[in-house]
Amino acid sequence: MTRAITAPSALPSTEATEAAVPEHSIALETSDLTKRYGDRTAVDSLSLQIRRGEIFGLLGPNGAGKTTTILMLLGLTEPTGGTARVDGLDPRRDPLAVKSRVGYLPDDVGFYDDATARENLRYTARLNRLREPDATERIEYLLDQVGLSEVIDRRVRTFSRGMRQRLGLADALIKRPSILILDEPTVNIDPEGVRELLRFVRDLRDVEGMTVLLSSHLLHQVEEVCDRIGVFVSGKLAGLGTVSQLASQLDDAWVFELEVDPGPPGTPLREVLHAVPGVGNVGVDGRGRWTIDASHDVHAELFAAVAAAGFTVNHFVRRGADLDAIYHHYFTGRTA
Amino acid sequence: MTASIASAPDAIVERIAERNDVATHRLRGGWRIVARKEFEDHIHSVRFVILVVLVSLAGLASVHSASGPIRDAANQATAVPSIFLYLFTLAPDRVPAFHEFIAILGPLLGIAFGFDAVNGERSQRTLPRLVAQPIHRDEVINGKFVAGLGAIALALGAVMAVVAAYGMLRLGIGPTTGEVIRMIAFFVVAVVYIALWLALATVLSVLTRRAATAALAGIAAWLVFTLFGGLIAGLVADTVHPVPTSNPTAEALLANARLEQNVRRFSPSELYQEATTVLLNPSKQSTGLVIEDTGAQALPSTLSLSESLVLAWWQVAALVGGVVALFAGAYAAFMRQEVRA
Repeated sequence: MTRAITAPSALPSTEATEAAVPEHSIALETSDLTKRYGDRTAVDSLSLQIRRGEIFGLLGPNGAGKTTTILMLLGLTEPTGGTARVDGLDPRRDPLAVKSRVGYLPDDVGFYDDATARENLRYTARLNRLREPDATERIEYLLDQVGLSEVIDRRVRTFSRGMRQRLGLADALIKRPSILILDEPTVNIDPEGVRELLRFVRDLRDVEGMTVLLSSHLLHQVEEVCDRIGVFVSGKLAGLGTVSQLASQLDDAWVFELEVDPGPPGTPLREVLHAVPGVGNVGVDGRGRWTIDASHDVHAELFAAVAAAGFTVNHFVRRGADLDAIYHHYFTGRTA
Repeated sequence: MTASIASAPDAIVERIAERNDVATHRLRGGWRIVARKEFEDHIHSVRFVILVVLVSLAGLASVHSASGPIRDAANQATAVPSIFLYLFTLAPDRVPAFHEFIAILGPLLGIAFGFDAVNGERSQRTLPRLVAQPIHRDEVINGKFVAGLGAIALALGAVMAVVAAYGMLRLGIGPTTGEVIRMIAFFVVAVVYIALWLALATVLSVLTRRAATAALAGIAAWLVFTLFGGLIAGLVADTVHPVPTSNPTAEALLANARLEQNVRRFSPSELYQEATTVLLNPSKQSTGLVIEDTGAQALPSTLSLSESLVLAWWQVAALVGGVVALFAGAYAAFMRQEVRA
């Protein structure tokens, strides 16, 4: 409903607009949010603002602290420090108000297996104090929306993973939330299912002005639907912005890809590459493609060194600032 | 849909605040919704039917065997007080009396409605979804406990109704008002006794990951207290106050018996038995050591209900205390647990 105020895609850059966003257009906010379990810091001083009507992707490898962050936003786990705000409300002080406006699809969602889809959703409707006729209507409408109206009175025990996921989405929407939080919604469902789910999420944003926070460790699957992405690694926000902004932040990253024919026996390519000044991490995948991190543009030196060692170069490029580079840069190849 | 809002940020803030007030007011009493769902699940479950049938059969057997001697006694002496209640306390023919059956089977009822309360939600992975709805987290465990209590009360009430009806048919007389009140008192104490096991099962369901583990632990506790409790008490008494085999003195016997009874009182079933024996039998004048006498030869003087309650009060209080302590433990443990564990 409020998307007229901010059109996220039209914003020039995150830094320029962060300060200009008026408070009422922030749906979810964390400041210095921290969670420690003993010695381990699951979420480390996270400060983040998610605008109304925006689809925000929280991207990060497994164990990065995505679920912990979500649980703190919902008031389901106590932060060690910092604050979370949902529609300006503190989940610790107003947990019920927060939980009545946030629809949540947990990672690996579960249902009462012996109950039918309808019965499961009816319980959720009651917990959200929907009146009975309203609930009945809404359950049927939502199950139709997610394509489960055929199996509405079947026990959930018989449902496939994809069906459970769709039931979970309907379940999260029963309460007519203004904010939807989806934790790893694309895991373990087939590609067509993922496309359908993301189309559905985009429709929710476009038609109902829903704010969506979705977490994923698969950038490829969700990047097209996300207005902005926060890259979350080891409890810290490593990058924030649109996909193209993130990519442009990587312009000063020098990553080369190299494939060679087998060279003279006894000459280890890795050492040849490492010998070039400025080369940092060197890795090779199963198909013989080498990935070389460098501190500056060393392509001429690399090429010369490889040729001098007697290898024939088949493929040699500087990796572009695309999704692969983002993923590589933030999730895997990061060296101080 | 979007036209009117763009110009009015204040209106949005106000609307949010207003919605919030409405929300917090509207969102009270979530435990009732949890309790209703759990209660419906309980009474539609196979385990409910099995337990009601099992306890009913046990009850009918005991009432059937008790009713014969009662008829004889009633024919001989019309002045015997509270004939009807003997249905629940008399145990000829080695068939335990009804209240003894409840002492044995009650724990099963309590365990059956509690052992999977929390770990069941965990193993079905429904807990995160449940606590993300607008209810407080403690309303989950409170609602489940209330639902368990309701299921127990319904099961026991149904069984007592069946048993009493059968007894009325066999004896050809109905209970007096005083007897009905004593039956209600018995019912309340029995529910408290079973609630103690429900609370124990709830603790176990919070602490264990698998429902089967909780059920086994509960049954182990049941065996220890209900079956081996007497053995253990006897062993402790014989060790601390041994009774010489030749010429045992009265003091030695008494000390031994006293200690044995006090050790027994650590068992909820002993507390329950002492309380219900007094409540169901007006001629029973002590919960302490007496040489047992069967009801058919009742003492001439009888106690009023309030006098019986005075005799039984501390046993009932101890049972209630046990329920509160165990449930508080379950509550505290549940509130400290991570949602995702």
